[in-house]
Amino acid sequence: MTALLEVNGLVKHFVAERSLFGRPVAHVKAVDGVSFSLEAGKTLALVGESGCGKSTVSRLVLRLIEPDAGTVRFAGRDLLALDAGGLRKFRREAQIIFQDPYASLNPRMTVGQILTEPLALHDLVPPAQRRARVAEILRLVGLEPRLARRYPHEFSGGQRQRIAIARALAVEPKLIICDEPVSALDVSIRSQILNLLRELQDRLGLAYIFVSHDLAVVKHIADHVAVMNLGQIVETAEADALFAAPGHPYSRALLSAIPVPKPQAKRSRIVLQGEIPSALNPPPGCRFHTRCPYVIDRCRSEMPQLVPDGIGHATACHRTSELPSSAAIVPSDGGFSPVLEKLVAAFSSGPEAVRGGGV
Amino acid sequence: MSASPLIEIRDLRIRFHGDDGRITHAVDSVDLSVANGATLGLVGESGCGKSVTSLAIMGLLPKQSAEISGAIRFDGLDLLQTPDQTLRDLRGNRLAMIFQEPMTSLNPSFTIGDQIIETILRHRGGSRKSARERAVELLRRVHIPSPERRIDEYPHKLSGGMRQRVMIAMALACDPRLLIADEPTTALDVTLQAQILELMRELKAASGAAIILITHDLGVVAEVCDEVAVMYAGEIVERAPVDELFSAPQHPYTVGLLGSIPRLDHRAEQLATIEGMVPNMAQPPAGCRFAARCPFVLEACTAAPPPLVEVSAGHLSRCIRAPLERLVS
Repeated sequence: MTALLEVNGLVKHFVAERSLFGRPVAHVKAVDGVSFSLEAGKTLALVGESGCGKSTVSRLVLRLIEPDAGTVRFAGRDLLALDAGGLRKFRREAQIIFQDPYASLNPRMTVGQILTEPLALHDLVPPAQRRARVAEILRLVGLEPRLARRYPHEFSGGQRQRIAIARALAVEPKLIICDEPVSALDVSIRSQILNLLRELQDRLGLAYIFVSHDLAVVKHIADHVAVMNLGQIVETAEADALFAAPGHPYSRALLSAIPVPKPQAKRSRIVLQGEIPSALNPPPGCRFHTRCPYVIDRCRSEMPQLVPDGIGHATACHRTSELPSSAAIVPSDGGFSPVLEKLVAAFSSGPEAVRGGGV
Repeated sequence: MSASPLIEIRDLRIRFHGDDGRITHAVDSVDLSVANGATLGLVGESGCGKSVTSLAIMGLLPKQSAEISGAIRFDGLDLLQTPDQTLRDLRGNRLAMIFQEPMTSLNPSFTIGDQIIETILRHRGGSRKSARERAVELLRRVHIPSPERRIDEYPHKLSGGMRQRVMIAMALACDPRLLIADEPTTALDVTLQAQILELMRELKAASGAAIILITHDLGVVAEVCDEVAVMYAGEIVERAPVDELFSAPQHPYTVGLLGSIPRLDHRAEQLATIEGMVPNMAQPPAGCRFAARCPFVLEACTAAPPPLVEVSAGHLSRCIRAPLERLVS
């Protein structure tokens, strides 16, 4: 089976500084040789610290910015070879949701107009049926159709994010890029949006690229995870495998630092020393070597390649086989206490589940 | 709990008078206390009143629009009755605050050294030279590399994590007795967050200061707090020692919050959600403020506001159905 999305050797360097004559003299190596693939109906999470290039990758995949090198194949087609018409067709198949639902919706358009625009642009639905289709899409994301007449400012943050999702769904895409879609939301709203994204994936067979720095959310939603550091993928694996035993020293540090909602949780946190090196001038060899507790001389000169272990877990580290076991690195939150388990179940199933009944 | 708390808040009420004559009930009958060396977590979602409470402690609410009543006792003073001059002597000295946005809370036109030295000179006096030495020492304490050089840099030269550490260094400049940290790690990556939390723990151990940590991140609360107060719509709905809050919460809102965060060890297909919206605080509901969203609601809940009662030793809940175990056993 061919993957829905195949990315190979993607490179993007931004010019950071030009000489007096306009010749570029400094580059930010935002993305430097990134490869991955994603199957239909699955979720790939890109994780890493700010500035690691995860958002740039997501924009390159949509060709919102042009890569300097590498290939992107979507459903077998070479994206970078597409002309304007071809690109427009591709936009029907891949959409994006941004972090800030306050900034990503036009305040001068009603929700109905926002959702009709993609239908009209791509000529998907005859004008007479557009209103009905908008109502249908709104219901899909859990909003009432009558809200189509309102403007974005009349909605809460969570509702606005639902509208942004509805707009992405309007063109019936196969892939949605979710760039920190729940980071700006309160916890109770966050869970509603995460539930919605998952439900829509099951129903519509969507593939997601999920960009996030919240690792508990990633564990919850992703099938596959790619860990990025300074423009490169340092480790990629099935989500469960990665969280069970992260291989790369950077992934270990990242996952060991997740704050878990359990007091006195056992943890072997690795607190990284030193600052993140600048992507303007990444260190030679392994880009993590300045902060790595396991660094040896070879790491300072030779860049490690991503080496798969045969079951789809690939790590870019010279010392993969020599590192101590990482089985206890990810903190355990022990799930719910027995009482909390029952209370949450009762909370979720509503008044009927509670002894003594409701109103 | 120690005999006399460092800070004690009694029946704090804060109302904001809007230009259009509307009155918003931001905080209602809040009672809190923190002992020396203890860390209290103040938890809740946007608009629940947690930041307003901390601003009231610091005396930073606008006098024209905020109507404050109750008492905030700190070190023998009632902060609400204290003249501005005395408050200015306290702030940055025995009372310090770390704000969420390290980008906007540092002055871009002064070096970080100038900003820390200013605090030291204002409260401690002494020579500029000795203040500078102390500033370098503080920067070293918050693990800023080569502080002798960094001290002369402007905020824009520093990364987000470094700026947050500068903010902490500044808050610690005069060894505060009470440190209020308003979402100190929210804007940071998880690796930096780990560094900052580690730092806060170190400082508490070293100086014995009390900390009020305001956050919506329950993971952070579990890591550093001794006691937690959960706020909803301007009221404290639950207060408990941290272990108990996470193992046996006694307010439905807390249950909803705990159920809505993804767990590492518990792969749920669906997360719990809290349906409905926060009530309009210009006209707070007559009964329990959470009643409209609560699956455990009874008729009695909407009739009168429920009191905050002790369910077990040190564990308070503002829910007439507590103890909640009864509902599911």
